[in-house]
Amino acid sequence: MDEVIVAENLRKEYGTFRAVDGISFQVQRGECFGLLGPNGAGKTTTIRMLYGFTPKSAGSLSVLGLDLDTNLRTIKGRLGVCQQENTLDPDLTIEQNLEVFARYFDIPKGESRRRADELLAFIALDHRRHAKIPELSGGMMRRLMLARALINNPEIVILDEPTTGLDPQSRHQVWDRLEVLKNRGLSILLTTHYMDEAARLCDRLVIIDHGRILVEGEPRALIRRHVGDHLIEIVDPTDRLCTYIKNERLEHENLGYRMIVYAQEQGLYAKICSLGAQGCSLRQATLEDVFLRLTGRELRE
Amino acid sequence: MKGAWRVWQRNWTVYRQTWRISFVPPLLEPLFYLLAFGIGLSALIGEITYRGVGISYIAFIAPALIAINIMQSAFFENTYASFVRMYYQKTFNAMLATPLSLEEVITGEIVWGATRSLIGTAIMMAVISAFGLIRYPEGLLLLPLALLGGLAFGAIAMLFTSIVPNIETFNLPIFLFITPMFLFSGTFFPIDALPPWAGSLAQFLPLTHLVRLARDLSYGQIGPEVFGSLAYLLLFTLVAYLLALRGMARRIIR
Repeated sequence: MDEVIVAENLRKEYGTFRAVDGISFQVQRGECFGLLGPNGAGKTTTIRMLYGFTPKSAGSLSVLGLDLDTNLRTIKGRLGVCQQENTLDPDLTIEQNLEVFARYFDIPKGESRRRADELLAFIALDHRRHAKIPELSGGMMRRLMLARALINNPEIVILDEPTTGLDPQSRHQVWDRLEVLKNRGLSILLTTHYMDEAARLCDRLVIIDHGRILVEGEPRALIRRHVGDHLIEIVDPTDRLCTYIKNERLEHENLGYRMIVYAQEQGLYAKICSLGAQGCSLRQATLEDVFLRLTGRELRE
Repeated sequence: MKGAWRVWQRNWTVYRQTWRISFVPPLLEPLFYLLAFGIGLSALIGEITYRGVGISYIAFIAPALIAINIMQSAFFENTYASFVRMYYQKTFNAMLATPLSLEEVITGEIVWGATRSLIGTAIMMAVISAFGLIRYPEGLLLLPLALLGGLAFGAIAMLFTSIVPNIETFNLPIFLFITPMFLFSGTFFPIDALPPWAGSLAQFLPLTHLVRLARDLSYGQIGPEVFGSLAYLLLFTLVAYLLALRGMARRIIR
C-alpha cells in the first residue's frame, strides 16, 4: 500500500494561537480517512493546508508523493476539493458550473461536456442541468459540489463536512455516492463531526482537539479500546446505585440526571437494574461515546 | 498566467448571458451627456480653446466622456462586482481549490475589468462617431487606450477591494477619488481654468492623463507629449497592480 498523503508535524499559528499544533498522519491509497473533532479543533485548517489555501507554519506535507511546497499546482490538478461553504457559482447554471470549473483544470471542451453529463447522472441532477444555483435545495447543492470536485478525475477527494446541514434523506444520498466512489478505489479524506457518518464511511480516522491528535485507528478498534463493546446508561440513578458504583470503582461518567457506566463484566447490567434505577439500558457503544469521552462534554462555542 | 485567461473566460461566459443589459449604459450615457452639455451648454459657452485651437464645446467633452466611461467601467467592475464574487459568492475560494493561483485570479479579474472598459468604449465610439466627433484612423487607437485605462482603474479598484471591510465602504473611494476626478481632470473644462496649485495637483490624477490621451487620439493630434501621459498611466497601473496583488494575498490567504 502506498501513502497518498503524508503529513508530518503540521502546524498552523495565527499570532499566538495554535490552530493546528503538530499533527502527523498518513492516508493510504484507496482508503477513506476521517478527521474528526469538535468545532474549532483544527479540522478545516488542516484540510486547507492540504490544498495550499492556507500556508502551513511548520512541518512537512507530501501529497501523491510530491512535496506540497514545490508542486502545488500539479498537486491541485490531481485533487478534488469539496469545501465546507457553498462555493457554487450562482451566475451560472448547473451544467455551466461543471464546464467552467473544468476549464480551470485545462480540460478540453468536448471532454468536459462528456464528464459533466456523466457526473450529472451520477448525482441524479441530469434533469436539472439548466437550473440556476439558487433554485436548488441544500442537498442538491452539496451533491453538485461533490460532482464539481470530481470533474478532473481526481486521485484524492477532500471533503470538508460534506453533509453538515442536510436532512437525513440527503445525507444518506451523499453517503451512498461516497461509498460508490470508495468502491471505485478513490482515496477520500473527510472531516466531520457526525460520528455515524465517520463510522459508516471511514476505514481509519483520527480524533483531533485543540489542534492535536488524540487518537488514531479504525472506528471499531477505537470503540473497543476506549469504551468497550457495550455501555450502560442510567436515567435518574438512585443514591444507592451511585454509592455502589463508587465503591466498586466502576468506570463511569456522572452527568447528574444521567449516568454512563463503561464497565464490561457480564451480570453487571442485571445487578445495576436490581439496585432500583428506573430507566436503565444496556446498549452497544458507538463512536460518539468515544468522541465525547475524549473531547469532553462542554459546549464549543 | 494561462489561469488568468480562464478567470477572464468565466466572466465572459456570465457576461454573454446578460450583455443586452450591460450594453445599454454605454449607449445611452454619451447621448444624454452630449445632449445636455453639448447642445444645452454649447450655446452658453461657444468655443473653447484647447492647445491653442478653438473647438466646439461638444467636441471638447466627447473624448472626456469616453475617458470617464473607461474609468467607471473598470472601477465598478473590480470594486462592486469583484467584491460580490470574492465575498458573497466565494468564487475566488472555489478557484483556489483548482490549479489556479491567487495571482492568476486577481489578474484575470483586472483584465476582465479592462475588457468592460473596452466594450464600453467601442459602443460609445459608435455613438460619438455618428456626431462626427472622432477622426479616423487615429481614433481607432482609443481601443487600446481603453484597455490601458481599464487596467489602471481596474488595478486601483482591486486594491480598494482588498482592503474594504464591507461593500458599503466603496462609497468612500467613489466620493473621495472617483467623483473629484470626474470633475477636475480636465473633463468638462480645461485644467488651465483651475488655480495653479489645483492644476498641478490634477497632474497626479490618472484620469487627467487618460482624458488628454483620449482627446489627442480623437482629434488625431498625436505628438510626442502623449508619451508622458502614457508613461504615467503605465507606472500607475504597475504600482496599483502590485499593491492589489499584495492586498489580496493578505485578505484571502489565511
